Amino acid sequence: MRASAGRRTARSYGTHVVLGLMMLVALFPLVLMWLTAFKSTGELATNPFGLPEQWRFGNLAEAWDQGSFGVYVRSSIIVVVPVVAAACVLSTLAGYAFGAFRFRGREVLYLIMLVGIMIPAEGIIVPLYYVIDGFGLLNTYWALILPQLALSTSFGSFWMRQFFAEAPGDLTDAAAVDGAGPLRTLWSVLLPLARPALGTLALLLFMWTWNEFLLALVLVQNEAVRTVPVGLSFFQGQYSAQVPLLAAAATIVSLPVLVLYALLHRRFIAGLAAGSVKA
Amino acid sequence: MSEPVVGQRERRVAGRAAQPPSPGSVWRRPWLPYALLALPFAIYGTFVLYPLALTVRLSFYEWDGLTAPSFTGLANYVDLARDDTFVAALTHNGVFLIFYTVLPVALALGLTVLLTQEGAVRGLGVYRIGLFVPQVMPMVVVGVIWRWMYSPVDGAINELLGLVGIAATPFLGNAGTALPAVGLVASWVQYGFALVLFMAGVQSIDRSLYDAASVDGAGMWAKFRYITLPGLRGPIVVATTVSMIAALRVFDLVFVMTRGGPAQRTTVVAFEIYQRAFVLREVGGAAASATVLVVAILVLSRLVLRFQEAP
Repeated sequence: MRASAGRRTARSYGTHVVLGLMMLVALFPLVLMWLTAFKSTGELATNPFGLPEQWRFGNLAEAWDQGSFGVYVRSSIIVVVPVVAAACVLSTLAGYAFGAFRFRGREVLYLIMLVGIMIPAEGIIVPLYYVIDGFGLLNTYWALILPQLALSTSFGSFWMRQFFAEAPGDLTDAAAVDGAGPLRTLWSVLLPLARPALGTLALLLFMWTWNEFLLALVLVQNEAVRTVPVGLSFFQGQYSAQVPLLAAAATIVSLPVLVLYALLHRRFIAGLAAGSVKA
Repeated sequence: MSEPVVGQRERRVAGRAAQPPSPGSVWRRPWLPYALLALPFAIYGTFVLYPLALTVRLSFYEWDGLTAPSFTGLANYVDLARDDTFVAALTHNGVFLIFYTVLPVALALGLTVLLTQEGAVRGLGVYRIGLFVPQVMPMVVVGVIWRWMYSPVDGAINELLGLVGIAATPFLGNAGTALPAVGLVASWVQYGFALVLFMAGVQSIDRSLYDAASVDGAGMWAKFRYITLPGLRGPIVVATTVSMIAALRVFDLVFVMTRGGPAQRTTVVAFEIYQRAFVLREVGGAAASATVLVVAILVLSRLVLRFQEAP
């Protein structure tokens, strides 16, 4: 008995060592990026892995100024906020229709909506450029908002349909008996229950929109409208020799998502695992 | 791609709510769902479906983006098949399937076997959080970090190799090492995701199955083959599908790390689409490449999803 317990503990140590090692590999490049962000270019050559001899917080400010990240962060916020807000609304409408109603063409329409989950932006970017141009929207925030909103609505409809399909039917029945119409029921009965599902959806959409690269690279050439990830790739082109500044810029770019992840990792993991249909 | 999840839920919901057909049926307003769908479909149709249809249509035309397009039938596809760069790009996507999918899934499966050797191990939550971090990082940041890590000047990997006396190598600049170097970054991004999925999956396997197998004298391999592997079918399909699509569509990582170089040794289909459409202005060829990409994604995901349904 005792021996067996001992063996279990030993094995358990083994698991911790292996998983710990795997986690270290996952985190090592990021930690190195953070440490490098506070070093001087000279120090990097002599002390590549250690803590900075002197924490140069000025690097962050310098990268921020030289890379015009103020402009890019503003653009990113102007794109991300309406995309997440509007996609949550549209996804709720579509998810409600698909999940709570039975109607002719439901299956077909739902399948059509799901196509957007599998099709990457890379597959539609070529004509999308000309579609956006046709609307006269190249180099505007709309060029980034509308396609991202459309792709997000596809995933969001799938996500919210699941919520509405699983919502207890008695609730809607009770609301109907009380004389509530479908929209009233959606607003005052179902939406309060949908808050966790909507919250996770908003989180995932925030991450995907904040990280989005291809649309912003192609549909916008004007620096004033450029978003953070594209800004970073241009910054890399100019400052590839100044690694600490580059690391500082990369830290700035990843900070919002990482802070959210630190606070809400449970939701991120559950959401990405359940919604991992989206690449 | 969503089918594994949807399929399961569908069946469960159908089983549970057999009597009341659907909550919405209490209101007799047959037009209402269509009204709810109008706006979502207007946006989705205009900015996803319509461009998707146009992608296929443009692939049959020769167009420079300015003058009138001319219909050329399958000429763009014939050109692609003869184009060494495009064939190379397609091959590189195939190689990336190994780095994005095969390596991470195999590694995660191997590690998961460890977890099945014992009962519940406590404190795994911390690892989940850490392992998942690369998943939420912007790919551009991942590319920037790793491009520097691979750099022959002050790059972390060459610094580490230098400690054991290996001379600095420009991993991303060498024709022979560039593709696996970029591929390993993808493996780094993907393995934590697979591992987290499998760790969760293993916990839902009935422990008594392993105990019974031990009593029957089953070895480690037998337990893996007949208990763990079937038990993880769902998570394996999900991890495979997701990482496979990522391998096929990859753009950011290549753009930031190598721009397809050196000498197109790391170019991929998505990068060729970008090059042709927005640098070379061969819009028809770009659209044909995009059509190939979309078809590849749809066909391969279909194939993988079959395993979900297999007994």
